[in-house]
Amino acid sequence: MDRKNNSPLEKKSSSLRPTTKKNLITYAMVIFFFVLFQTLSATGNLKHAHKALLVPVCTSIIMAISLNLVVGVLGELSLGHAGFMCIGAFCGSFFSVLMKDVITTTWIRLTLAFIVAAVAAAVAGILIGIPVLRLKGDYLAIVTLAFGEIIKTVVNTLYIGKDANGFHIAMSTANLGLEPDGKIILNGPQGISGTPKNSTFVIGFILVMITLFIVTNLMDSRTGRAIMSIRDNRIAAESVGIDITKYKLLVFTISAAIAGCAGVLYSHNLSSLTATTNNFGYNMSIMILVYVVLGGLGNIRGSIIAATVLYALPELLRGLKDYRMLIYAIILIVMMIVNNGSYFVQLRERLSIKLKSGKNKKEVA
Amino acid sequence: MKFLSQLISGISLGSIYSLIALGYTMVYGIAKMLNFAHGDVIMIGAFVVYTACVTAGLPAVVGVLIAIVFCTLLGVTIERFAYKPLRQATSLAVLITAIGVSYLLQNLALLIFGSDTKQFSSVVSLSAVTLADGQLTISGETIVTIIVSVIIMVSLYLFVNKTKPGKAMQAVSEDKGAAQLMGINVNGTIALTFAIGSGLAAIAGALLCSAYPALSPYTGAMPGIKAFVAAVFGGIGSIPGAMIGGIVLGIIENLSKGYISSQLSDAIVFAVLIIVLLVKPTGIMGKKINEKV
Repeated sequence: MDRKNNSPLEKKSSSLRPTTKKNLITYAMVIFFFVLFQTLSATGNLKHAHKALLVPVCTSIIMAISLNLVVGVLGELSLGHAGFMCIGAFCGSFFSVLMKDVITTTWIRLTLAFIVAAVAAAVAGILIGIPVLRLKGDYLAIVTLAFGEIIKTVVNTLYIGKDANGFHIAMSTANLGLEPDGKIILNGPQGISGTPKNSTFVIGFILVMITLFIVTNLMDSRTGRAIMSIRDNRIAAESVGIDITKYKLLVFTISAAIAGCAGVLYSHNLSSLTATTNNFGYNMSIMILVYVVLGGLGNIRGSIIAATVLYALPELLRGLKDYRMLIYAIILIVMMIVNNGSYFVQLRERLSIKLKSGKNKKEVA
Repeated sequence: MKFLSQLISGISLGSIYSLIALGYTMVYGIAKMLNFAHGDVIMIGAFVVYTACVTAGLPAVVGVLIAIVFCTLLGVTIERFAYKPLRQATSLAVLITAIGVSYLLQNLALLIFGSDTKQFSSVVSLSAVTLADGQLTISGETIVTIIVSVIIMVSLYLFVNKTKPGKAMQAVSEDKGAAQLMGINVNGTIALTFAIGSGLAAIAGALLCSAYPALSPYTGAMPGIKAFVAAVFGGIGSIPGAMIGGIVLGIIENLSKGYISSQLSDAIVFAVLIIVLLVKPTGIMGKKINEKV
């Protein structure tokens, strides 16, 4: 088409949709930082301690995006998100340890581990989602917290071993009844050891991109709009024929599956995997929730930035030694008050009005 | 006999949960916020008692009194500086701020007292009572905990239902705007609620660490969560609900520790909560609120 003849209307339709543009910026941002850090680490400009942060940062980004789907997009507070990560991590590690000698190609084994973990976490998401989604608000939040803690506790009491007769599951080593040649894979509180350390920054990056692709496309779809209408007004959404339970369960399951994959990434970065309060308990769930809220509810790019900055922050404050978590806590409180406090909200409104009126005056002049 | 002794220690543990849960439930009822920092106020209370009694050598009663005053002031200060600016904000923003306060208290304690676990000396000097020819022993801590809890619960019930500030509290939790129009000082009432909740947390901290004498900056976290569960269990926002919820939770926890598995007891407690909420979605004593469009 001749460029000269383009009318303003056609120009608009030929340019990208605002959401697409927004998503492309997010993708570009992630790719840019991936390339930046990959180059830095390849050229040896990254300290070893900082290099070790790359995969965990990817894990927390994926966790933050998937939790944002539940909290920001669906509008339900979940305090047990780390539980799904726990299921994914243990199923993925279990699979990898079991198949270490059977499937020797790393990428095939890891891909399968991701699939196994995603399916297991999704099944858990459905099983937990059906009863939980009957509840509302803070009650839903406390039940998700309870499920997260149950998952962690149960994993800590399970012993699974394998010998010539097949699998043995018990609540203690003595009850396992293994043959002499048998091998304990999941060893109660000692967890799983000997997981191959297959997680790399590249795999983390690919997983972040896949998560981003799934979540942004879901949000821009018809389904996504239905989900957001539930968040904005549940009763109105119900009255126009949106199946609340179906969509809630869908979001819960997708989010759980993604968290499961994050768990695999996490567990394949460690040689021994145990479930404690700090990695799979409610501390972790809360930590991810902090990323989501500070990044902005429903804002995927915000989640990525917040997860990266806040995960790295305690590490960057390491120079302050004992004071770093204290400073982190103070930064958190001050940020929340500056962002949401009524005084600051009014201040911002006044400022924006002033700026606008200033602009208008200039235009008039 | 084993059952009876498990039951009694369960009631004792449950009374402590009740005291903590009261703080959660009153704050929730009045400010509609989940005060995640409440568990850490317990820990601070216990540390104050520890400092006063073990380090400074003061008598136990004085130590507990100092802790109550300290925690009351602490609660009011936290409310004033962290939560009051966010009164108009979304509940999620307040929740995250409460998490921030929780981190702050834990790390302050970590800096001041160090991360090593301290041996807490019991504030109770009552010796154990032996019943039924030595088959049943009830420790002094258990007796004092139960008595103190009963006294507190009865006086709190009377305070909320019979006095003017108590009625103001109920009015504010019902409808803030209407309460303000009736001439109730809403900000003062909310501060009072935090003060009472934190004072109770100090007592709970002293009793908890007397029964389980290990004190570290993370001591408050798990009892805090359990008490929160107890508050929800009884119907969050309801004062009798928190009392019943706490005691039931303590009994379930102790019985499952004694008869099923000590490792799984937490999971059992949480599972019971889930079942209760599925049958009665607003807890045992919770009110059903009809939604309006």
